[in-house]
Amino acid sequence: MGKLVHRPEPDLTIQSYLPETWNGMKRVSRHFFVNLFTKKGFVTKQYPEERFPYAPRYRGMHRLMRREDGSVRCVACFLCSTACPADCIHIVAGESDNREVEKYPVVFEVDHIKCIFCGFCEEACPCDAIRLDTGEHRVPGYSREEELTGKVDLLARGALSVSRQGGRFK
Amino acid sequence: MDAQFWLWTVVKIVAICFVFALVLGALLTWTERKLSAVVQDRIGPNRASVLGLRAFGLFHPIADMLKAFTKEDFVPRGANRVLFFLSPLIAMVPVLAVFAVIPFGPGPHFVIADLDTGMLFIFAIAGLGVYGTTLGGWSSNNSFALLGSLRAAAQMISYEVSMGLNLVGVFLVFGTVSLSGLVLAQGELLGGWLPKWGIVVQPVAFILFLTAAMAENKRAPFDLPEGESEILGYNVEYSSMRFALFFLSEFVEIVVIAAIAATVFLGGWQIPFLDPAGTAGGWVTAAQVGAFVAKVVFMCWVLMIVRWTLPRFRYDQVMALGWKMLLPLSLANIVVTAAVLAFL
Repeated sequence: MGKLVHRPEPDLTIQSYLPETWNGMKRVSRHFFVNLFTKKGFVTKQYPEERFPYAPRYRGMHRLMRREDGSVRCVACFLCSTACPADCIHIVAGESDNREVEKYPVVFEVDHIKCIFCGFCEEACPCDAIRLDTGEHRVPGYSREEELTGKVDLLARGALSVSRQGGRFK
Repeated sequence: MDAQFWLWTVVKIVAICFVFALVLGALLTWTERKLSAVVQDRIGPNRASVLGLRAFGLFHPIADMLKAFTKEDFVPRGANRVLFFLSPLIAMVPVLAVFAVIPFGPGPHFVIADLDTGMLFIFAIAGLGVYGTTLGGWSSNNSFALLGSLRAAAQMISYEVSMGLNLVGVFLVFGTVSLSGLVLAQGELLGGWLPKWGIVVQPVAFILFLTAAMAENKRAPFDLPEGESEILGYNVEYSSMRFALFFLSEFVEIVVIAAIAATVFLGGWQIPFLDPAGTAGGWVTAAQVGAFVAKVVFMCWVLMIVRWTLPRFRYDQVMALGWKMLLPLSLANIVVTAAVLAFL
């Protein structure tokens, strides 16, 4: 069932162009003068200097969180790299001195060329170790190696997390 | 015809054609971008800076020019090289030559050549402008460019007719085709208080002339010959400074149209009630020259506002408007003007 669109025949004021052109010119001139003298109407953001704030749930670059003693919260359980649909997280586990934790990541790399910023790793993580809440946009690099973000960089963005860790860790 | 005369002529040519027209034309490229931004609630170009000074993006024309000069000058395979190189010049030169007869102020010092047949000279020279675009499209050996140049030729020839006919009414009223004579005649007063400007005695001709001139200028809403956003125009194969010449000639032509409209319809250098004979000299003359420049700038502004007000016509609408509306209306305007002059 189509919708009936009422299209009136253009009358002489429209067909002669002039009154409508005049109205249009009035409107355009009003924008011109108002914007010229008051600068109120401008909606432009001067992008690199001014930005629209991202939404709080925006998924940006990854970061690794720290414990109170400064060590990484990650216990190299591989849940994130298993959950990752893009297969972009590479972890090499090592034995931790802390008997409560047992493992820690020797290598923790996120390949930002592969990453699709879906946030599944964040959801899979039982230790609140990996987060995507930096609010930083991914900046494209010039080489594949640049895009591989290692543990040091991820930790550098990281912060203290005091959430209770899973397992027996107090 | 002594040496002093020639020297003065050269000085006037440089001052009017190369300083006034070209600088105003280059400024208009900036104005076009800035004005379109402002009427659309944007800020517009403001990033080009010299020593950290941005100056509202005023350096963008210079940056554009540097870019145009340093880009590759590309000639497509199979192009007619001679005409391909010549046509930007053919587009540019007539536009500048029109300034030869436009009086910038009272007296012979402010006009390069005060011809008695000034308006006829303008039409003859402006008519040459169509060669630049047509040959440019044809010589670049590109079907789209050829189609664009065909559109340009048809449109410019069609609108030239009504553009010329619109001014006939003004000639009838003032009884002269000399531009200086037209300006002097517009210094008179109607009924002792109304300046006898062309727009007052020939308002219909003013609107029709502006419409036809915009179409002649190939600017929106009549920018079908160019159609840069989608349909491709006559200058599609041009790059570097040759493209910039086409581009600049369009903007200088805005100044030409504004100058003709200001001279014929807005009283030229006349300031109402102030020295209509133009013999005062001194500050009055300076004010009159300033008034003319102000009128030209105002008309440029109006043309720009129209360009950002109206969407583009369809091509059959362009032709219908030219031949079915503008031409009969301008003929009717002549008949009515002649009848009024004859019987009143």
